Amino acid sequence: MAFWKLFARNRGAVIGLVILVLITVMAATAGLFFPQDPFSLAGQPMSPPGENGFLLGSDSLGRDVAAGIAHGAKTSLLIGLLATLVAVFVGIVMGALAGYYGGFIDNLLMRLTEMFQTIPSFIFAILLVAIMKPSIESIVIAIAVVSWPAVARLVRGEFLSLRNREFVQACHTLGMSDLRIMLGEILPNCLSPVIVIGSLMVATAILIESGLAFLGLGDPNIMSWGFQIGAGRTLLRSAWWVCTFPGIAILLTVLAINLVGEGMNDALNPRLRERS
Amino acid sequence: MTRLLDITDLHVALPPESQRPYAVEAMNLHLEENEILCVVGESGSGKSLTARAVMGLLPKPRVRIAQGSVLFQGEDLAQASEERLRAIRGSEISMIFQEPMTALNPVMTIGVQIDEVFRFHDRMPGKERRRRALKLLQDVQLPDPEQTLKAYPHELSGGQRQRAMIAMALALDPKILIADEPTTALDVTTQAQVLKLIKEMQASHGTGVLFITHDFGVVADIADRVCVMQNGLVVETGTTDQVLRRPSHPYTKALIGAVPDLVPRPARARSSETVLRVRHLEKTYRSGGGLFGGKERVVHAANDVTIDLARGETLGIVGESGSGKSTVARCIVRLNDAEAGEILLGDTDLRPLGRAAMRPHRARIQMVFQDPFASLNPRTRIGKIIAQGPMMYGASAEAARARTLELLDIVGLDARAYDRFPHEFSGGQRQRIGIARALALEPEILVADEPVSALDVSIQAQILKLLDEIRDRMNLSMIFITHDLRVAAQVCDRIAVMQRGQVIEVGPTAELFANPTASYTRELLSAVPGKDWFSEPAISSETP
Repeated sequence: MAFWKLFARNRGAVIGLVILVLITVMAATAGLFFPQDPFSLAGQPMSPPGENGFLLGSDSLGRDVAAGIAHGAKTSLLIGLLATLVAVFVGIVMGALAGYYGGFIDNLLMRLTEMFQTIPSFIFAILLVAIMKPSIESIVIAIAVVSWPAVARLVRGEFLSLRNREFVQACHTLGMSDLRIMLGEILPNCLSPVIVIGSLMVATAILIESGLAFLGLGDPNIMSWGFQIGAGRTLLRSAWWVCTFPGIAILLTVLAINLVGEGMNDALNPRLRERS
Repeated sequence: MTRLLDITDLHVALPPESQRPYAVEAMNLHLEENEILCVVGESGSGKSLTARAVMGLLPKPRVRIAQGSVLFQGEDLAQASEERLRAIRGSEISMIFQEPMTALNPVMTIGVQIDEVFRFHDRMPGKERRRRALKLLQDVQLPDPEQTLKAYPHELSGGQRQRAMIAMALALDPKILIADEPTTALDVTTQAQVLKLIKEMQASHGTGVLFITHDFGVVADIADRVCVMQNGLVVETGTTDQVLRRPSHPYTKALIGAVPDLVPRPARARSSETVLRVRHLEKTYRSGGGLFGGKERVVHAANDVTIDLARGETLGIVGESGSGKSTVARCIVRLNDAEAGEILLGDTDLRPLGRAAMRPHRARIQMVFQDPFASLNPRTRIGKIIAQGPMMYGASAEAARARTLELLDIVGLDARAYDRFPHEFSGGQRQRIGIARALALEPEILVADEPVSALDVSIQAQILKLLDEIRDRMNLSMIFITHDLRVAAQVCDRIAVMQRGQVIEVGPTAELFANPTASYTRELLSAVPGKDWFSEPAISSETP
């Protein structure tokens, strides 16, 4: 509960958490409130918000914007989380090996990491999805591939400083195996910054996913906020609501995740605790 | 004599969630012109915060002066504005810190940093400033002042940096100099020189010095008056003679009694069985060189080191920082790989063994580390920290638990410690846990690398006693690395003195102390602070 106390000191983080919970609830109950396929034609096209039974209006084909947002929330959160998990896993493995062993392995892995970092991440993601054909899996892989280098660098730095600490050396003198020292001794001590960077990466992943869907590189069978904005962009002057509401959804989600991430940083990073 | 500083009823408040409401409570203290007042206390006694309160450098608003006054020549600094304080700091009251490397700006030359002091407080032409800076560096006896002005902090040694700090602090001829543990980070011989310098500078400028330290040896060497603090309270004030010879408060008595005696304890019989023989050990560190040229630096950390360890004896390795004593210890436990030589444990040479081949021998040599705060994994429970060693070597969970509880008892900790985390323990308790961990594998040899140097004096005594008891009880042989000759005198049967990677002298403690053959050993012995005060048995015998 000490963690919650520290977290709650940052009021923005609490607000972010509330928004995030609401969005999650919306994603989970999408099927309940909008049982129909969000791609189905639900009524008159181009209805403004509040008219013809559309809470947030409908688009040029008569699809319900509100239904799209609710179902799209599921896509965004799912892809954000999955891509981040994959990226964090890869990043931890690479960073841990590089930081712990140093020398040749470190050089090899870090040059590899730099190769990935030198390519602009969004263009790289577009390229990967285009090659692999748009689908949930290919989007997750593409986002993970462009995101892991940051985690790898962070974990490497932590391992580099922790491996020379006396408690790690004490484990060496006990004759503990490398794997056990890495997983059991060092990793738990560098999880806090990884959790923080991971939470912020979810936000970036959602943005990349929306961008891909906007460009028409999303999974064609799954509703997504980026797809909605892409579909409504030609109608921006005649039907503002088609783009605006999914845009607000992205804004709120990314903002909420960033706020939560910052709150976690304050709570988990003891050096910053005394600052306020 | 004029009174420079008069502290009355000073209360420094701590944040509400702290262990006690006030860091400093109801303090009354005064400092006269031309005197050195030592504030002594253990960690957490509030001595450093007192200095910061005087300088107006408390980490506000969480820590602040709640009550009382700090009169500097009649002016209350507790009420003074930030501007006024800034004008006073550096020119009227200046400060030197414990770690000169972090107190100096690493990207500015010494000359520029001294120049800044003049520029911020006085108007004078550049030539005059430079002349004064040179004069200051001469005064603090830095070799080649011209060169030092152009030097960056990392190009100077620790002692030289501290001299440069003192030069900066005295640049504007302040009335008060506050020194916060200025010699703690230095080697003994350097410490002796810096203490002498502070005393000389103080006498020639008539400065009042508020000297904060934890070391009674330093107090004995430098102080005119002493103020002893405990948990934020001043428990005793008096002249050096009064406090050191006739301490009235039990806490002062205990502190003075805990200062280890420089007279070695009686020698013990030495076993004829040798458990560890180190032969011609070599270890070098290389830095620089590489792709872009540059000169490669080669440091001989261990140069032809040969030592023997008999069963049941404690061999001390003493030396200053950089002498290679820690390197030797780390090579013996195989944390570092030596390049040549033999480390014979029984009949096995450990030096060439690979990691896998070393594993069966690991349990026979265990290590106790210096820093009790870094040597325990903050996220692991004490029980696991101690029990994981035996369990790795095949003990069952119950057996390991039973062994751990037994060890906790041996090192004087409660069985409840088993389920706690390291941060719930004090430094001394953590060191006990570190010792229990090392003992869990039932080693024959214990290598202790400065095991008490991070601890307060009173805790030090307890840990040393514990190590002694354990050695006798388990028939351990011990290699004890230390820079502190007092500590060495109390625990070591034999001592090896190291300098620049070489063992320059080995001998039984009493003989070595009485008749040192190497000049370096003599130098080390004469630099021990407070040796004239604490070598008399009259003081140590009457303490509890």
